[in-house]
Amino acid sequence: MLKITAIILAGILTNNMVLSKFLGICPFLGVSKKYNTAFAMGVAVTLVMLVATAVTYPLYTLVLLPLKIEYLQTIAFILVIAALVQLIEILLKRFLPPIYKALGIYLPLITTNCAVLGITLLNFTDTKITSFGLALCNALGGGLGFLLAMMLFAGVRTRIEKSDVPPFLQGLPITLISAAIVSLSFLGFAGLIENLTGF
Amino acid sequence: MNKYVKTLKNGIIDQNPTLRLVLGTCPTLAITTQAFNGIGMGLAATFVLVCSNIMVSLLRKVIPEKVRIPCYITIIASFVTVLQMIVKAFLPEIDKALGIYLPLIVVNCIILARAEMFAAKNTVLVSAVDGLGMGIGFTAVLTLMGIIRELLGAGTVFGLPLLSGVLPPMLIFILPPGGFFVFGVLIALANSLSKKSGKKVKESFECDGNCAACSEICPNEVKEAPENA
Repeated sequence: MLKITAIILAGILTNNMVLSKFLGICPFLGVSKKYNTAFAMGVAVTLVMLVATAVTYPLYTLVLLPLKIEYLQTIAFILVIAALVQLIEILLKRFLPPIYKALGIYLPLITTNCAVLGITLLNFTDTKITSFGLALCNALGGGLGFLLAMMLFAGVRTRIEKSDVPPFLQGLPITLISAAIVSLSFLGFAGLIENLTGF
Repeated sequence: MNKYVKTLKNGIIDQNPTLRLVLGTCPTLAITTQAFNGIGMGLAATFVLVCSNIMVSLLRKVIPEKVRIPCYITIIASFVTVLQMIVKAFLPEIDKALGIYLPLIVVNCIILARAEMFAAKNTVLVSAVDGLGMGIGFTAVLTLMGIIRELLGAGTVFGLPLLSGVLPPMLIFILPPGGFFVFGVLIALANSLSKKSGKKVKESFECDGNCAACSEICPNEVKEAPENA
């Protein structure tokens, strides 16, 4: 239980996908202009991360490892993720139209998002993750961390819109510099999880 | 100017993938804590760019329009797998330093964007040169960022202590916030330089995390390129 908490909290705070691992920077900078789009994107990424982990973890341990073709990990994972995203889109459209309406346009954007491929690869490089359940927790933590970063940054950006930015910093530069400050604030969590849970 | 020289220059300066097109930001921010890693990542991406551009260009009349993106991803992923094996076998240190960012070259927007925008419409040789130019441009920016961050954050460049005794290292530059900050400042510099020479600047981030979406935007930029060059 303590380990599960540690993994989820680490994903959200200390090892934040966006702010400390730099995965999923494109949507973080591109879709964070408004609260509601940032929220929808965050939820969609969390969902895809969970489903992608649920499929790629068994794929690696039950198919790639026994057949000794681990080197095909990258190519297998990206194709599985691409197919999965399509499948989720079709299923949502058919069975949950309101959710499809809210998240639909973000789903195809996620296929080539490095946060999703990143988390499925990290499940095998992180030594803390030893079972399927823990991998799912890692995906959940990563997704929630992404969602939190998106929401916080959307708040920051709505304020920047109204502020007086020097001309040479307008646009992308000020967005990146404010991302630096948000990321700086997350450094404050360093060491928290280790001291709290011992993992 | 020769067509090939033009394509090469286009990739390195006029349409620099990182500073002008603002693609492939994830590795740009993540691995540039040291100048050496910047070169390693840049060369790795260049290898995949050139190979995938050649392959996509060769197959441009075979790949059906509707399934082109999955085809491109498969081609790119294959070359990344080849690269991973080469790096693991001959350069284990770089493999360790780049970690998961090496397989993540698959989802690097630059490579898919060049396949879609350039290689799918041009002959093999020009596509290869375009891949090389883009790769050099990417490597140059990554190395520059690596040099700045390593110098300010650790006081060294390529491991050589340059700032010892002059300026104490500011650790923040090799931590994640430093990555965002240095990249922001570099883009501001690139923007003001391009504005001075009267070129259009990418105002916001339109990519939305998807390369297929990038390429929707990018064709306009390609049409403009010959006028700029």
